[in-house]
Amino acid sequence: MVASGQNEAVDRLLGALPVVDTEGRVRFAELGFPAQSDEDWRFTSVKPITELNFTAAEADTTVSLEGRMFSGIDGPRLVFVNGHFSKTLSAINDLPEGVEVRNLSAGKYSPLSGVSDAFGVLNAATFTDGPFISVADNVTCEIPVRVYYLSSGSEGVTANVRGHIRVGAGGQLTVLECWEGANTGYFNNSVTELHAGDNARVEHVKFQNEHAGAFHVSGLHASMSRDSRVAHHSIALGGRIARNNLRAHLNGTGIETVLNGLYLPRAGQLIDHHMVVNHAQPHCDSHEYFNGILDDDARAVFHGRIHVHKGADKTDAKQTNKNLLLSDSATIDTKPQLEIYADDVKCTHGATIGQMNAEQIFYLRARGLDEETARRLIMHAFAGEIIERIQCITAREELDRRVWGRLEETSAP
Amino acid sequence: MIEINNLQAGVEGRNILKGINLTVNAGEVHAIMGPNGSGKSTLAQVLAGRDGYDISSGSVSYNGKDLLELSPEERVREGFFLAFQYPIEIPGVNTTYFLRTAVNAVRVHHGKEELDAVGFLKLMREKIALLELDESLLKRSVNEGFSGGEKKRAEILQMALLDPKFAVLDETDSGLDIDALKIVANGVNQLRREDNAQLVITHYQRLLDYIVPDYVHVLYDGCIVKSGPKELALELEEKGYDWITEEQAV
Repeated sequence: MVASGQNEAVDRLLGALPVVDTEGRVRFAELGFPAQSDEDWRFTSVKPITELNFTAAEADTTVSLEGRMFSGIDGPRLVFVNGHFSKTLSAINDLPEGVEVRNLSAGKYSPLSGVSDAFGVLNAATFTDGPFISVADNVTCEIPVRVYYLSSGSEGVTANVRGHIRVGAGGQLTVLECWEGANTGYFNNSVTELHAGDNARVEHVKFQNEHAGAFHVSGLHASMSRDSRVAHHSIALGGRIARNNLRAHLNGTGIETVLNGLYLPRAGQLIDHHMVVNHAQPHCDSHEYFNGILDDDARAVFHGRIHVHKGADKTDAKQTNKNLLLSDSATIDTKPQLEIYADDVKCTHGATIGQMNAEQIFYLRARGLDEETARRLIMHAFAGEIIERIQCITAREELDRRVWGRLEETSAP
Repeated sequence: MIEINNLQAGVEGRNILKGINLTVNAGEVHAIMGPNGSGKSTLAQVLAGRDGYDISSGSVSYNGKDLLELSPEERVREGFFLAFQYPIEIPGVNTTYFLRTAVNAVRVHHGKEELDAVGFLKLMREKIALLELDESLLKRSVNEGFSGGEKKRAEILQMALLDPKFAVLDETDSGLDIDALKIVANGVNQLRREDNAQLVITHYQRLLDYIVPDYVHVLYDGCIVKSGPKELALELEEKGYDWITEEQAV
């Protein structure tokens, strides 16, 4: 149902964006922006997005890669500025055999069907471009592939980008994403499809450092085949509203997947992770670890639904969500959810919300550390717990430094 | 080294320590024994500077300083150390990083140069052998996923690294099997010198077969009710605490 007053916003948005798929546009117009009466959007109002003065994002050649995350890594990179491929900033030479890295529109691509939420539908109907990364069967891509999504637009400038990552059977790939922007008020809506073949290994790191006044909605739709290992890491710092829809489909047996996230919102920000993990087959493990450190009047949402379908016996699914509130006015809504239709499964979930742990602080002081150092160490540890799960060492170390820097800026508790 | 005079302390209006008097000199090892609830751990926590205890009267003089006036970290930097009964897990804090930060906090306090990673590793290797601890523990988060025995040994490793003048061991033996107990006791004994002192709090006489005290004190209902040479521990083991409590009743 389209909430009243939103028809006009939908019309304005579609009017501003390029026509990719007419049917999709109609479908989005029918769905409209999600309202808070929609259970999946209960804690996050997209009203500020609907009020934007939408214009289509345009290419910009003045943006540079100077000082961006993952600069310590060599190898292929795809750079999109305002949703448009930047040939000059990208580097896609010397790819290993069996590895294809290009922008979507440079070759054949048809969007995954079955992404049915409003923003996903909007994306399919209006996307400009995005990364296309494909690894052939039994090929190991040793070097991480980096994807930069840079925004230079301001109020209402809207980009829809779409990513496609496919790793063939027995293949191996690491993808590092970096989202950054210069001005307030722009709106990025992205969908990334990730396909992991039988026995494939995929590590996907997303560093979301959008402008604190920008809007970011993204969907990751991961489909996994038998015995694959997929790890997704979401390190979320930016956005006035940053919504991450994570959908994991465990379609074969013997899959292990980790969804791992850290969010650090502060004044005026809302960071929302909304996950659905579907266990369709037996003998799969899924682990979700999400930690948040909230400062000022920041808000965060964690929603984690694990759906164990009939027949998915021996499922081992765990999720934890831990929150550290540095300020009395910070708010977290956390909603772990289990839906189990199989008999023989192990599922656990837990959420904690708290201030600094007094026992831990005392223990550190009882070893000679002053109170301030103890607090900083614990705050850093809270983030470190998530960051240390990242396997790509160079990326992990860069992220660790960046997150440490960010935490140093937070107000003293 | 340390002189505790008529120390009275409690929590939430309930008096737990009801006038502790105890003097420990350099070169000595004292043991405090007592039944559950007698105030053993409260004494340890109050000496370490834990928040939440009301100290209603008494004093603790530590090497000429008023210990109770110092913050927990200042106490440690001045050579006080508490081995925790229940060491705290701190997920995400690397053990090596934590230990180096602690050692350097103490060094800086004494006007010494901070140890760099290499210098610290050298010191650590030397001490870790003493406790027969697996070096891989150092790469993990502080106490996280350590077995009970590993946690207690890690406490003594910290003690070895910080090289305190006065160490309180709060039920370090609880929950240890005999092999782990011997390792812990051996570690503690090797740290014993003429210029330092130890206060060993225990529930079981067994520990005192391995860490031999100069004096044994019995804590009962917040007071030291009996003190004597190490043989007192044996007597307690034989007769139990009832003998003391009955004596008190009379």
